[in-house]
Amino acid sequence: MQTPAPFEYERATSVEGAIAALERLGSDARIIAGGHSLLPMMKLRLASPEYLIDINDLAELAYIREQDGEIRIGAMTRHVDLLKSELLARRFPLFRDAETVIADPVVRNRGTIGGSLCQADAAEDLSAVCSAAKAQVVIRGAEGERVVGMEDFHVGPFMTAVGAGEILTEVRLRMRRGAGSGHEKVERRAGDWAIAAASAALWVDGGTIDDVGIALSAVGVTTIHLTRAEELLRGKPPSDELFAQAGVIASEDCSPSADGRGPIDYKRHLAGVLTQRALRRSAARALSEEA
Amino acid sequence: MAVVENLPSPSTERPIGFGRLKRKEDARFIRGKGTYLDDIELPGMVHGAVLRSPYAHARIVSIDTSAALAHPNVAAVVTAKDLETLGLAWMPTISYDTQAVLAGDKVRFQGQEVAFVIATDEYSANDALALIDVEYDPLPAVVNARKALDADAPLIRDDKSGQADNLASPTWEAGDERATERAFAEADHVVSRDMIYPRCHPAPLETCGIIADFNPETGQLDIYNGNQAPHAHRTVYAHVAGLAEHMIRIRCQDIGGGFGNKVPVYPGYVCAIAGSIVAGVPVKWVENRSENLMSTGFARDYIMRGEMCSKDGKITGLRVDAIADHGAFDSTAQPTKFPAGFFHIVCGSYDLQASHVKVKAVYSNKAPGGVAYRCSFRVTEAVYLVERMVDALALEMKADPIDLRMRSFIAAEQFPYETTTGWTYDSGEYAKTMDVAKKIAGYDDLRREQAEKRARGELMGIGVSFFTEGVGAGPRKHMDILGLAMNDGADLRVHPSGKAVVSISAQTQGQGHETTFAQIVAEELGIPPEDVEVRHGDTDKSPYGLGTYGSRSTPVSGGAVAVVSRKVRDKARMIAATMLETRPEDLAWEKGRWYVKGDPEKGAMIEDIAARAYSGEPMPADFEGGLDAQVIYDPPNLTYPYGAYIAVVDIDPDTGHVKVRRFIAVDDCGVRINPMVVDGQIHGGLAEGVGIALMELISFDEEGNCLNSSFMDYLIPTALECPDFELGETVTPCPHHPLGAKGVGESPTVGSPPAIVNAVIDALYEPHGVEHIDMPCTPARVWAAMQGRPEPPQ
Ligand SMILES: Cc1cc2nc3c(=O)[nH]c(=O)nc-3n(C[C@H](O)[C@H](O)[C@H](O)COP(=O)(O)OP(=O)(O)OC[C@H]3O[C@@H](n4cnc5c(N)ncnc54)[C@H](O)[C@@H]3O)c2cc1C
Repeated sequence: MQTPAPFEYERATSVEGAIAALERLGSDARIIAGGHSLLPMMKLRLASPEYLIDINDLAELAYIREQDGEIRIGAMTRHVDLLKSELLARRFPLFRDAETVIADPVVRNRGTIGGSLCQADAAEDLSAVCSAAKAQVVIRGAEGERVVGMEDFHVGPFMTAVGAGEILTEVRLRMRRGAGSGHEKVERRAGDWAIAAASAALWVDGGTIDDVGIALSAVGVTTIHLTRAEELLRGKPPSDELFAQAGVIASEDCSPSADGRGPIDYKRHLAGVLTQRALRRSAARALSEEA
Repeated sequence: MAVVENLPSPSTERPIGFGRLKRKEDARFIRGKGTYLDDIELPGMVHGAVLRSPYAHARIVSIDTSAALAHPNVAAVVTAKDLETLGLAWMPTISYDTQAVLAGDKVRFQGQEVAFVIATDEYSANDALALIDVEYDPLPAVVNARKALDADAPLIRDDKSGQADNLASPTWEAGDERATERAFAEADHVVSRDMIYPRCHPAPLETCGIIADFNPETGQLDIYNGNQAPHAHRTVYAHVAGLAEHMIRIRCQDIGGGFGNKVPVYPGYVCAIAGSIVAGVPVKWVENRSENLMSTGFARDYIMRGEMCSKDGKITGLRVDAIADHGAFDSTAQPTKFPAGFFHIVCGSYDLQASHVKVKAVYSNKAPGGVAYRCSFRVTEAVYLVERMVDALALEMKADPIDLRMRSFIAAEQFPYETTTGWTYDSGEYAKTMDVAKKIAGYDDLRREQAEKRARGELMGIGVSFFTEGVGAGPRKHMDILGLAMNDGADLRVHPSGKAVVSISAQTQGQGHETTFAQIVAEELGIPPEDVEVRHGDTDKSPYGLGTYGSRSTPVSGGAVAVVSRKVRDKARMIAATMLETRPEDLAWEKGRWYVKGDPEKGAMIEDIAARAYSGEPMPADFEGGLDAQVIYDPPNLTYPYGAYIAVVDIDPDTGHVKVRRFIAVDDCGVRINPMVVDGQIHGGLAEGVGIALMELISFDEEGNCLNSSFMDYLIPTALECPDFELGETVTPCPHHPLGAKGVGESPTVGSPPAIVNAVIDALYEPHGVEHIDMPCTPARVWAAMQGRPEPPQ
């Protein structure tokens, strides 16, 4: 058995309680949600927090609902519920695309959207999904709540805008007309992390691209927002040629490193291929939505 | 037993003897009621943990254990110095090399054992590892076996006197060099390929571990340890630890997979035994996943060059030059007289004019091993090479790969067949088996489909492999391991009620021995399999023998069980003659019953004979009573199972991702005792073959750091990578095995990788000119090959 270093454990009974515990215990404390990123790191002794604050009892953070023109997803919503949600599948199908290829059922039954975003691992799929979907996240601390756009959420490798004594409570997705989205991933084996993955969302209005979000997983030290490609696409009618150009930009603007999943040139190539595919899939869905 | 109770009640559909029968052992496995090593708790037990080297090659300057010893829960910290005083610092490997139990002078691979901590619990033992201070002086590492013999390569085994370079064993040869040269000189077509069978790992889901329990009062050493050869292990411990063999008892509980990984004795075992002898309490040590992948027996790691030639449309010659990378210590598993295992079965299923094989072995700064991962001693490497070469030759000849094989096969009437490297193949009807596979696949339709897809720019490949294995080691006159003949015993007792216990020396790790061996007794004695209990895994309660690996259980132990059953049957005949007041030679046998020839109504059932055997009734003259027998079985030859495999793959032209869409496996393993168990073995082995072909790899960076030390980085396949396997069979009985059976456990792992790689090449050659790609065929590596840059794995 792989054994973690010694730690203390506390089970939070309310969001306020969890925040208070974080404040009390300081930087040696970590929130544990699904534990499917944190526990492996602890067992490999890559992480040795002194205190774990378990938020799995906070049922008030597990929901997917429509409110004020938005879909709101509680931080403790598990992968499996994102996968099954018909609301998400209808409005933001890239979630289901991604969830069918994230890990395996065992991991999906426990892992959460909050944990996925807060882990801020560039290889992780949901960060790209939320970036492409232009999500906003709600961060709560003792002082109250703030809302942060995904573009400002990841501040570095494994670093987020969530500060000391704060927790992420909710992810918000604004519902707009003419939306279509898709997530494309290549993995070495089912359940493996991506060699590369691309998320895209398009909002088409009157035959032209009104807004677009594109993000890449696993091809840089953080999730990559393809802003240059987004600018290229905005205001133009969707077309395969345009998407091919976006693919070229994706290959240029990512910064992968070589590892057991593949060399740099291959990952750049994949970034291009998958960006194109995700855009094509998004466009097909947006146009059928618009029609 | 509870297990039997839970099975459906015996009915006519259940075979008495051979036939499809659900496995007896599954009732406990599927309920999670198996007992594995880590489930065992003994009173007063303490726990061990191993400190491992972070370097692949470094001199050990000093080891300071004081801080670890100060940990409140730590009882002892053992280093090489302590073991030296016990004479246990080094141990023999199964290949007559020596291996450090704990490194004293140098570490020679990353993950090598440096110290052993004993503490009250597993967590404390692992915490204390961080408190041991080892000062290392790093040395350059040998990672690439091709460079191991360079003049400037650092010397790894400076512990061995007279060792001046990194040669692990001198060049070993088989076949006829001159005759092979002639065959090549006369050939119409010649091809050559360089290929690697990369290092991979058996990765059983249950890692290795041990509980050693030495009783200072009695001098008895009890060992609990899931291993594949308990009797051989006991003999090794007797030699290594200087303990009396009869005072050692090894018990193997349920084993969560072995695949060759649980054949060797590992340093952690010796440390736990030494710890228990010194401390006088039971010591448990169970390695974690990373330790298993980094330090225990790897498989393959053969660097090969093959050349093959043809004349008049037939394969005529084969030349092979291989380097075996053994890692830091030579602990390859193979019979002593075969330093390259059975690699010279590389002449394959073909009637060659000549062949010649050369293998040399080198040391490198990698973990030791070279175990036969579901492979009868390098047969996997051999089959891969020859089947890749046949396809390369077919490309060169512009021949269909099945046609070329058909033209070159050893013909049915040539058996027994003496190969150009000295094997005597027992039986086979190769063309028939190939035909069955072709039919199931719908080969001609597949070729049509491929042509249509190719025209549309899609990548589809069809790959064939036809393998012949030599399994069931082996005949005493040819084969031993550490001087122990590769024979197996069986001990059968039929009790007064007619229920039987058969004890065997083979050791299941999931192969279904409890069912298969009961069925052999059932077939021979005509009693239901549920009335036969199979005992194994306890050296005090089973006869001597060499265990389960190399597909040897059915060929050797199965032979033993058949022979012992027949001995009991003969004994029963004597008793029946007395019961029926006639002479033994006047009796005839039908399943379960001796009866009087000419008066079939008059007979005695085995149950009645058993009752009589233990009764006070009159017995035959000179008869001791009881109904039992004991044998040691020395197989006259290996068995030679074979099969025809066809893989169909689709490759994403943009990403290089390979999907195995179909896999057809037609195996001929002779007589099938339990066809359901055989199917299960084939399914499992094909899945492993898919894994090896597409994803499994143990690789190292230039400093010798192992890059695949967890299941995040060492990928094993899931159901999603495996197609719905399409199985077929032909049955060509083994002429020398008592049941006509041949081994099958390894056939699918041996035969499937070349079929898949051949399919990948078949998809890529026409459109992209790819002539070879080394495994694993990951998306990145396939894409690189499509770009004209196929690279060997690191
Ligand atoms: C075998 C395996 C395969 C996987 N494959 C994939 C894959 O293919 N794609 C993929 O995207 N992911 C994959 N994952 C990761 C999986 O999705 C994790 O569940 C997820 O990344 C983390 O979610 P969690 O709830 O388990 O977080 P945890 O492990 O509990 O926490 C992760 C980090 O986030 C912090 N945290 C958690 N919740 C909050 C919160 N509400 N507020 C503030 N901080 C918080 C924790 O303190 C910790 O630092 C895989 C995991 C495993 C074990």
